[in-house]
Amino acid sequence: MQLNKLFALSVLSLAIMGCESTSSISDDSASINGAVIEESQTQPVGDNGSVDVVTEEHAEAVADPLLEQKVIYFGYDRAEILPEFKEVLNAHAKFLVANPQSSIVFEGHCDERGTVEYNLALGERRANSVKSYLVVQGVSPSQLDSVSFGEERPAMIGSEESIWSQNRRAEINYRTAVANY
Amino acid sequence: MMKRFIWLCLILVSVSAKAELTIEITQGIASSIPISVVPMKWSGTTELPENIAGIVRSDLERSGHFSVLSPDDMLSHPSELEDVYFRDWRLLKQEYVVIAQIKLNGQDQYQIRYQLFDVFNEREVLTQTLTAKANQLRDIAHRISDEIYEQLTGIRGVFSTRIAYVTTNPMRTHFNLAIADSDGAREKVVMSSKYSIFSPAWSPDGKRLAYVLLEDSGSKVYVQDLATGDKQLVSANKGINSAPAFSPDGNKLALVLSKDGNPEIYVVDLTTRHWIRVTNHYAIDTEPNWMPDGQHIIFTSGRAGKPQIYRVSLESGYIERLTFEGSYNARARLAQDGRFLVMVHQSAKGEPFRIASMDLTRGLLQILTSDTFLDESPSVSPNGVMVMYAAKYNKRSILAAVSVDGDVKFLVPSKSGDVREPAWGPYLN
Repeated sequence: MQLNKLFALSVLSLAIMGCESTSSISDDSASINGAVIEESQTQPVGDNGSVDVVTEEHAEAVADPLLEQKVIYFGYDRAEILPEFKEVLNAHAKFLVANPQSSIVFEGHCDERGTVEYNLALGERRANSVKSYLVVQGVSPSQLDSVSFGEERPAMIGSEESIWSQNRRAEINYRTAVANY
Repeated sequence: MMKRFIWLCLILVSVSAKAELTIEITQGIASSIPISVVPMKWSGTTELPENIAGIVRSDLERSGHFSVLSPDDMLSHPSELEDVYFRDWRLLKQEYVVIAQIKLNGQDQYQIRYQLFDVFNEREVLTQTLTAKANQLRDIAHRISDEIYEQLTGIRGVFSTRIAYVTTNPMRTHFNLAIADSDGAREKVVMSSKYSIFSPAWSPDGKRLAYVLLEDSGSKVYVQDLATGDKQLVSANKGINSAPAFSPDGNKLALVLSKDGNPEIYVVDLTTRHWIRVTNHYAIDTEPNWMPDGQHIIFTSGRAGKPQIYRVSLESGYIERLTFEGSYNARARLAQDGRFLVMVHQSAKGEPFRIASMDLTRGLLQILTSDTFLDESPSVSPNGVMVMYAAKYNKRSILAAVSVDGDVKFLVPSKSGDVREPAWGPYLN
């Protein structure tokens, strides 16, 4: 079962890689990711960025499996980095330090509880707290950008804690070096 | 393949076009006034384009202040004073009766004459003659409702006002910013996007809407002219650009920018584009709303650890905390000339989100809603009586309304899809 899921996921991420021609995050790909999570109930899929990491020049760094994890989650109404996600962020920090031509856009997201505007601000706090964490790890701020989508782009649709906890997140999206020009 | 694509387009068009609102009344006041609105006498040969008496009946019923007699339960359908038998209406326990006649007065020119009678005193309280074109008959109906409501409650009616709201499909890949009559009829889509639209805010003259469009690069604030459809970009700074609110004179916009690293309240003069930063705190400051004096702004701030409502003086910069009760108070709006706050309220962590009102002179907080889930985005009617808000109900996003005193409630679901972010428009004259 677990293997099947993994297989389905990898097929899907290949499919996404195939479709994705730019580094921007389109609504379509976001909904594809939402569907994946909904079907398979597994965690680390809310990423469009994997596409851009797996380029030839970065091939050796991809060896660290932690780099595959591009979503971290938050507590309710909180923006602090939870200890269990520090290892993942450290891996990304290490990668960015080693690859100064790479850059990341952090997307901050919230669950649907609370007001739309407060959540937009909270989403930004989440994205910024990830950003600050990476700066502390030695990443140049010029490699890091952030955007908040508040509660407007949920990974999963629904109104229960198991869904809310998947939506309180920051997504790590790598931009190709090309996208910086 | 092409054919299938066209079909898909047609389906999409029909889905997005049919997001009209319906209304289900769930609670009225106990001491509601019994009133009969008799079917109007129509002297024309073709069917009337609108059922004016029917619109007046549902307007009055929806206000919660009236219990409206069904035409089937009336003993007669008079249209002239001489046919009104007050004894019969007393027997039906009616306090007021409305009769009317409508006739065609030349090409596409309808003339409506209505009379409101006090049954107990057997006297005429109100009479009016109005003329309208066919496409204005709904406006005339709402105007009659406004006159009757004001005559009998002493409060100005809001049946002629409009509401703005956002409709979306369940997957949230298509958004429409729409405006409609206060009863949900005559919906018009003013903006469509694949991006989320939220925080619509009316200009005080009802001619423009400010709103936020959440594009891939982040949120931007636009102001759109409703007559021309022209949309003007007001703010696209780095970071958040959000939560627009027109000043009472319509010349300025309060909004939230995080260009300096943190969400703060700003005010921009829409003519000179002169910006003023209003707040300066490391916590979240958002959801500004003007006091009627144009000198103070209320806003949500997380500066005490949890979101609470504050008031800032634009002149002195002095900030005062207004709410203390509850763990989450946000998105406050003002009612009745700033006497009441209406806001999203959570009494304690884990408790439901409700709409609450607070009497600012006495500091008393009252929770208004109970039947809906995840209540948010309250918007107050211009007469300060009703609050329209967004909520979840049967797993759908709907609009609902509750009176500021909590006595009247109704639901405003969309016929299809989800609806959110209501904004009650101003009086139009």
